[in-house]
Amino acid sequence: MDFLTVLQILDSTLRLSTPLLLACLAGLFSERAGIFDIGLEGKMLAAAFFSAATAAATGSVWVGLLAGIGASLALSGLHGVASITFRGNQLISGVAINFLAAGLTVLIGQSWFGLGGRTPSLIGGGRFEPITLPFAEALSGVPIIGPLYAELISGHTIPVYVALLCVPLTWYILFRTRFGLRLRAVGENPAAVDTAGVSVVGLRFAAVAICGVLCGIAGAYLATGLQAGFVKDMSAGRGFIALAALIFAKWRPWYALYATLLFGFLQAISLRPDVIKSLVGFNVQIQLLDALPYILTVVILAGFVGKAVPPRAGGAPYVKER
Amino acid sequence: MDRMPRWADIVLIPLINLLLAFLISGLVILAIGEDPIEALKLMVDGALGSTYGWGFTLYYATNFIFTGLAVAVAFHASLFNIGGEGQAALGGLGVALVCLMVPWPHWTIALIAATVGAGLFGALWAAIPAYLQAKRGSHIVITTIMFNFIAASLLNYVLVNMLRPAGSMDPATAKFPEATHLPTLTDFLEIFGIPFAARTPANITLIIALLACVAVYFLIWRTRLGYQIRALGKSEPAAIYAGISPVWIIMITMMISGALAGLMAINNVMGEAERLVLNSVEGAGFIGIAVALMGRSHPFGVLIAALLFGFLYQGGAELALWTSIPRDLVVVIQALVILFTGALDGMVRTPVERMFLALRRRKPQPTRGPAE
Repeated sequence: MDFLTVLQILDSTLRLSTPLLLACLAGLFSERAGIFDIGLEGKMLAAAFFSAATAAATGSVWVGLLAGIGASLALSGLHGVASITFRGNQLISGVAINFLAAGLTVLIGQSWFGLGGRTPSLIGGGRFEPITLPFAEALSGVPIIGPLYAELISGHTIPVYVALLCVPLTWYILFRTRFGLRLRAVGENPAAVDTAGVSVVGLRFAAVAICGVLCGIAGAYLATGLQAGFVKDMSAGRGFIALAALIFAKWRPWYALYATLLFGFLQAISLRPDVIKSLVGFNVQIQLLDALPYILTVVILAGFVGKAVPPRAGGAPYVKER
Repeated sequence: MDRMPRWADIVLIPLINLLLAFLISGLVILAIGEDPIEALKLMVDGALGSTYGWGFTLYYATNFIFTGLAVAVAFHASLFNIGGEGQAALGGLGVALVCLMVPWPHWTIALIAATVGAGLFGALWAAIPAYLQAKRGSHIVITTIMFNFIAASLLNYVLVNMLRPAGSMDPATAKFPEATHLPTLTDFLEIFGIPFAARTPANITLIIALLACVAVYFLIWRTRLGYQIRALGKSEPAAIYAGISPVWIIMITMMISGALAGLMAINNVMGEAERLVLNSVEGAGFIGIAVALMGRSHPFGVLIAALLFGFLYQGGAELALWTSIPRDLVVVIQALVILFTGALDGMVRTPVERMFLALRRRKPQPTRGPAE
């Protein structure tokens, strides 16, 4: 296996990890504030559809991105109303959102475009184009570092860089700002936050909204960056892999990056059976690679490799009078 | 807690929830430029207008009774089993192995063996998340979701690499032998002289499903185990104080739940397809969530809700055939039913409770003295 193949696989790892990372950070904000969110998948799917549909209609990927974020935010709002305002079951609400997105995207897609739930293929300005970072050309002659910089670090679309920047940003917001402290507190002990005179409902809605924005970018990237248009069920379980990564990362931003890179790597390598064979010497079943993120998560959850302890108040609606 | 009469809790609130869900579904149909009334007529006609339509409606309903009961049983122990999809898929594997490995002399014996196989595989697939929840405290919702994906990969592997007949490109097992084919509902009703359309997938699994409803009723409300399950679901500390072992109850409840989900495979794998194909469950495991929520986790409610979803499924197929509304409309309705009966229940319940409270205040209280 040569250097170029390694670069190619790492390159596609980065691209495939991006939606996972964004969705994982989205879940991180929500769950750190005590709102379980198994509707990441649905929000991504809705964002993917509306971004692709809008980008196809307007020809601008940026308008598409906004539409995607808007769609995701709307579903986030629904989740918030159900689980914060009406104190409903957060898990059931998440399940409902997943189905709502799965059904509505096809229904509306068929009604708007009549292509069996697809959107028209995006061309030109309707997609995120790869951007070349400065000095990529100049450095490409340098051995090892040159190709590494030109192939792996440069030449991605903007959401990839946005996702990577979101990691330190999330860390900073959660662990270095007052808002972050309160947000984490509301996921651990909302009564204490309430006693301090800070609105539990406000904080939780803020967290759910941030989750919506990040899921929106993730979904928009799926349809306008990774692929050129929306197809039915295109999120293909990524929301659940992100959820798995979140547990794998034990609800911490930097670990979320590593976990999603690992899961992205598994996705990237499952596309290259020839590489796997040369790497481990025998054929690894594709089905095993597909299932590996889920199996790893179950192992982590089982506490065999360190214990994953979720935020303490997660899943429970806050009742003030108590 | 006599805030409102029982009938309001059991009938009125679910009805309002359901009406809201259907109202929004109607608005969705309106928004995509179709006529909701016309669509409803088509659905009723296609699903209930002929015995042919009923054949499909009852076939789908049979699937949903099993998955609905599975979710409902787990709900009684306050466990949310989202893994019905995977458990039903594994149940299918159990049925396929039973039907293919042994040369059965008659379908009755094969049916008993397949029931055991489907239930056992489903139960075992649910047992792992149950163990992890009971012993290691891993959240059952997350583990059952993960197990759905693992089941899909496992089934894919088994079908492609092990059970696929030689020379076939299709990832499916061989056709089950003739002796394992179940009688259709048409054959069954013929005994009683009731004419029923031929060539529908409804089969005698429906009777097993109805028996399962009765069995679950007795389990939950008439046995010691059922009492323990409900006690654990209401309050874990109280259950422990009463000497109930949460580990044991979680394990047994989830295994019953998994077995019920697995039993669905008798209907779709043994009764209809007569071979195991990829993705045989087709989302029925998830519909079980909507069915259990709508049925308030009561077997009779589950039966009614399953019939309703059977109607929606068959009606949706008819709609897709005659109009430009895709079958995915059913997924939207399903989502709205889950949303309104599950997550947004408090939105309806609180005002209704207030209304009943206000009504009661207005009435004179007979226990109080007249001059106060």
